[in-house]
Amino acid sequence: MQNPAPAAAEPDQPAPPAPLNPIVEFRHVSIAFDGPPVLQDVSFTVSPNETRILLGPAGVGKSVLLKLINGLLHPDSGSILLFGQEITTMKEENLFPLRTRTGMVFQEGALFDSLTVRDNVAYQLIQEQVPDDEIDRRVHQALTFVELDSTFHFFPVSLSGGMKRRVAIARALIHQPELILYDSPTGGLDPITSTTIIELVMKERDFFRIPSLLVTHRLQDAFTLCSHHFDPALGHMVPLPKGQTDPNTTFLMLEEGRLIFDGSIRELVRSQNPFVKEFLE
Amino acid sequence: MAIGPIERTAKDIVLTVQEYSLFAYRAVMNLFRPPRYWTDFLIQCNIIGVGSAAIVLLSGFFTGGVLALQSAATLSEFGATAVTGRFVSTTMIRELGPVLTGIMVAGRNASSMASELGSMVVTEQIDAMRALGVDPMRKLVTPRLFACISMLFFLTILADFFGIVGGGFVTVFMNHQNGTQYLSMAWEHIHLPDIVQGLVKPLFSGFIIASLGCFYGMRTTGGTEGVGRSTIDAVVFSSVIIIFADFLLTQVLLTFFPPI
Repeated sequence: MQNPAPAAAEPDQPAPPAPLNPIVEFRHVSIAFDGPPVLQDVSFTVSPNETRILLGPAGVGKSVLLKLINGLLHPDSGSILLFGQEITTMKEENLFPLRTRTGMVFQEGALFDSLTVRDNVAYQLIQEQVPDDEIDRRVHQALTFVELDSTFHFFPVSLSGGMKRRVAIARALIHQPELILYDSPTGGLDPITSTTIIELVMKERDFFRIPSLLVTHRLQDAFTLCSHHFDPALGHMVPLPKGQTDPNTTFLMLEEGRLIFDGSIRELVRSQNPFVKEFLE
Repeated sequence: MAIGPIERTAKDIVLTVQEYSLFAYRAVMNLFRPPRYWTDFLIQCNIIGVGSAAIVLLSGFFTGGVLALQSAATLSEFGATAVTGRFVSTTMIRELGPVLTGIMVAGRNASSMASELGSMVVTEQIDAMRALGVDPMRKLVTPRLFACISMLFFLTILADFFGIVGGGFVTVFMNHQNGTQYLSMAWEHIHLPDIVQGLVKPLFSGFIIASLGCFYGMRTTGGTEGVGRSTIDAVVFSSVIIIFADFLLTQVLLTFFPPI
């Protein structure tokens, strides 16, 4: 949380060269639960500094894919590499140190309802027995980032849906993760609150430059992330010059468990895949 | 012949027993490897031990009272009302204290464990905990298991004590018998084997209550309806298994400690 605010992403158009060591790598991953496969032969990577937006209609396996990334679920076949380590066959106890390097924002926030906002955000720090003063300072910093510092002593039950998601983002960011996973952070929210959440995601992307994977079925959120950048001077997002998009924000699309698209926004809008075309329309 | 459903049910039962065995094994073994969550253990001791003290105390008191009432009526036919104290104390310590405490605590705590953990599962709080690098088995299950075992031991002593007090109350104030005689009979006929029998059983009951409560909670599926189902299963199975385990333990303990 102490990183200085870097300049906003340069809107040069060609996609950056793929780095050698991806943060996440899926190789022919499949998984099923007592029925037809939820994911089939899915392969993709998330590179450093990259924000990947996973699109697809509800029930297509997006959340499952996200949970596979940090080992909350295990695939039936294929392999998954997180920070270069094969996690497919890794024991649960060995996964915990890896998970502390990732931040995850769940669909409904998944805040611990018996703990205050302070204890929710500081959960990892409390487990690591960080001194209370240090915890309070870092929680205030994280809550200020999501503009919810006034909720420090509140319980989750007294927060609105949007506020819960923002607290969940603060909880995901406080440990300075090397990867952030967003599971439909705007799902079920009104358009204004959704925009606030997307602005926070953008702020995280342009401020901390942490690689992330964001699951959504809302095209508007995806295109906003691609066509805007966060201006630290103004304190809000601004559109990129006309015709320019964020080069580090790229797309994946799932259809019935299969990955049918992997590429930039330009490739997405020009795709001839009938499902992609239908989805965009 | 429709063998399919029977086969499926049999497989489900075997699978559940297997999952429960692995779950209980992991919960126990976690005590021997760090990290250990002692604060959570103490919090659970407070919830289970202090929180259940009132119901255990009252049920013990009235059970002792009922025993004194019933036994005095029967014993008076043989002119043996003097042994009411012995009857109440032996029955409470060997059998009713441990079993009743187990069932009372199961009703209160197995249900609370199953519903609390079940709610955490369906609202993704358990996944969030795992995603934050904390093992829910160590953080939530192991402290509950060992807190329940330790607290049930002390709660049983409490139930035994108040059962004897309840019996004494009825003997003196309702049956109008000699209180000193009641107490001396109660005290003189308690032997070490009775106490060992009575205090081994709650260790098993505590294990059954917490392991089943947490097991059904952690495998909850199907939203809030699923939480309700898990809660019912936890209470029903833990109560029945406590009585079944009591039967087996009594058989075994009577072999080692025959009645004097």
